[in-house]
Amino acid sequence: MTNSLGEKTLAEQRSPEGLSVAGGGTRRVSPPAGVRPVRRSKRWGQRFEIAVLSGPAIIVFLTFVILPVGLAAYYGFYRWKGYGVPTDFVGFGNYALIFADKAFHEVLAHNAVILVLSLVLQGPLAIVLALLLNQKIRGRSIIRVLIFVPYVISEVIVGTGWSLMLQTNGAVNGLLENLGLGALKTDWLSDPNVAIWSLMLIISWKYIGFAVILFLAGLQSIPEELFEAAAIDGASYWQIQRRITLPLLGPTIRIWAFLSIIGSLQLFDLVYIIWGQYVASTAGTSTMATYMVGQGRNAGNYGYGNAVAVVIFIISLTIALIYQRFVLRRDTAGALTEGHK
Amino acid sequence: MSTTTYRLPKSTDRRRRDANGQRVPINWGHPITYFIALLFVSVSIAPVLYIVLGGFRTNSEITVDPAGFPLQWQFGNYADVLKSPTFWQQFGNSAIAGLATTIGVVVLGLMVSFVLARYSFRGRGAIYSLFAAGLMFPITVAITPLYILVKDLGLVNNLAGVILPQIAFALPTTVIILVPFLKAIPDEIEEAASIDGASRLGFFFRMVVPLAVPGVVTVGILAFIGSWNSYILPLFILSDQANYTLPLGVQAFSSQYSVDTARVLAFTSLSMIPALIFFTIFERRIVGGLTGAVKG
Repeated sequence: MTNSLGEKTLAEQRSPEGLSVAGGGTRRVSPPAGVRPVRRSKRWGQRFEIAVLSGPAIIVFLTFVILPVGLAAYYGFYRWKGYGVPTDFVGFGNYALIFADKAFHEVLAHNAVILVLSLVLQGPLAIVLALLLNQKIRGRSIIRVLIFVPYVISEVIVGTGWSLMLQTNGAVNGLLENLGLGALKTDWLSDPNVAIWSLMLIISWKYIGFAVILFLAGLQSIPEELFEAAAIDGASYWQIQRRITLPLLGPTIRIWAFLSIIGSLQLFDLVYIIWGQYVASTAGTSTMATYMVGQGRNAGNYGYGNAVAVVIFIISLTIALIYQRFVLRRDTAGALTEGHK
Repeated sequence: MSTTTYRLPKSTDRRRRDANGQRVPINWGHPITYFIALLFVSVSIAPVLYIVLGGFRTNSEITVDPAGFPLQWQFGNYADVLKSPTFWQQFGNSAIAGLATTIGVVVLGLMVSFVLARYSFRGRGAIYSLFAAGLMFPITVAITPLYILVKDLGLVNNLAGVILPQIAFALPTTVIILVPFLKAIPDEIEEAASIDGASRLGFFFRMVVPLAVPGVVTVGILAFIGSWNSYILPLFILSDQANYTLPLGVQAFSSQYSVDTARVLAFTSLSMIPALIFFTIFERRIVGGLTGAVKG
C-alpha cells in the first residue's frame, strides 16, 4: 500500500492537471480579456516562473550530487594526486588494481556480511516488536519517542559512546562482571572473531527503532475491516498476524529492506569512528567506504579513490535496480491495479 | 504525507475499540507486552544514559566500576566543557551550518516543489524522477569527487563548503515530502486568488508559503538534524579545528583527552542536546515525515 499512496497522488495529479490544461485557458490566461498577444506573453511568463523557481534547486542538485558522480568516473581513469589537471591516464588500471587487491576482497566480504546480518537480525525482531507495540498499551507515544532516540543521535556520539562502553575495561565488561558473568568478558572491539558482531550490535541498536516506527506506520494503514472479518470468522490472534498482517505489511518490509541494503553498502561513519581505517582492517570490520577513504584521500591517491567510488556506486546501483525490478515491482504492480479500481 | 501523522492517533483509538468489541483475546498478552516494551526501551536508552551519567562521575569511579551510577554527582566535567571556548565555537559552527542548510533546503525545496506540484509542463516528470533518484545515493558514495569539486570552488575549510552540498543532498527528501503536500492545496484557493488578481507568484508567496508551514517544518527539522549530525562531509572539508562542527569536535576531543573519560562523556552528551530537544518537540512530524518520505 506504500506505493499505492504514491500512485494515487500521481493519479490525482493527472486529473486536475488535465482539467487545468483544458480549462486553464479561461481560468489562468485570460483574466481581463483573452487576446492573443497577452496569451503568448503569459506562456512565456509561466516559463520564466518555472525557470526562476526550479532553477536554483536544480543547479545546486546537479552541481553537488550528479556532477561528482560524473567527475568520479573521469578521475577514476587517472593516476592522480589531486593537484592540477589529471594527466597520467591509466585506463582501467585503477579498476584492475582494485579487483586484484586482497584488502578489497575483504571489505566486499565484510559489506556482504553486514548487509545480510542487518536484514536477518533487525527484520524479524523489528516486526515482532512492532506487532507487540501495535497492541493496546499504555504510554505508547512515550515508547515511540524513546525507541527512536538512538536513530536521532549522531553516528559520532554513538561511536564514541559505544567504543568507550565496549573497551576491554569498559562498561559492558564491567556490567558482565557485576552480574557474575565475568566469563563472558572479551575484547569486543579488537578480537577479529568478535568485532564484526559488536558492529552488528551497534548497528542494530541504532537503526532498529527506525524499522519499528516504519512498521508501526505500515500496520496502522491496514484497514480495520480485515481484522474484524477475520475475528468474526474465528481466527486467533496469531493466525490474524500471520495470514493478514504480515502479507499486508509486505510492501513496508520490502521498502525497509531496500533502505537497509543501501545503508549497509554505504556504511562508513560508525566503522571509521570506532575502529579508524587501520584497526578496522585488522579487526575485520572495514567496509568499501572506509577502504575508499583510506586508500584514496588519506593516502593522497585521488584517482584510485575515485575509481573505488565508482565501484561502490555501480555495486549499489546494480543491487538497487535488481531489487526494484524483482522485489519492489510486485508492489508497484499491485498499486497500479488498485488504482484502476 | 502529513496526513499519515494526523491519522495515527485516530486509527489507534479505533483499533482499541474494535479489539474490545470483537472480544479479540488481547488481555493475556499484556504483561508480556509491557515487559518486552520496557526491555526494548531500556536497551535503547541505556547507552545514552551511560554517556549522560558518565559525565557526572569521576575518572577513578569510571575505572573502578565502569558500569556504575555516580556515587557523588560531579558537575565539574560539564562545567569545564561549558566554560571551554572550543565547545562554544564548534557549537556555533554546527548551529550556523545547521541553520544555513535548513534555510537553503526550505527555500530551494519549496520553490522547486511548487513548480513540480502546480505547473504542468514537459519535463516535469523527469525533474521529479531526477530528485527521487537522488534518494538512493547517500553522500558517502560521492564524497571523494565532491571533495575535489569543493576544493576547486575554493570552499575547503569553509562552512559554505559543507552547507552547499548538504542542501543538495537534502533536496530529494524535501521534494518528495513537499510535492504531495503542495498538490493537496485545493485548486479553488488558487482560482480564488487569481480572481482576486493575484499572479502565480503572488499566489505562491501569499497562499502557498503560509499553507505549507507544517510540511516545511518537517523538512526543516530533518535537514537541521541531518546537518547537526553529519560527519563524513565536514571530515573531508573542514581541516582547521576552529572551523570544526561538533561531531568532528567530539572526535577530536575524545582522542585529545582519551584519558579523561568523564570529560569526554560530558562533551559528548552536551553535543547531542540540541538534536534531542528538536526531536522531542517535533517527534510526530519527524516520524511522519520519515515514514512519508519512505512511502512516497
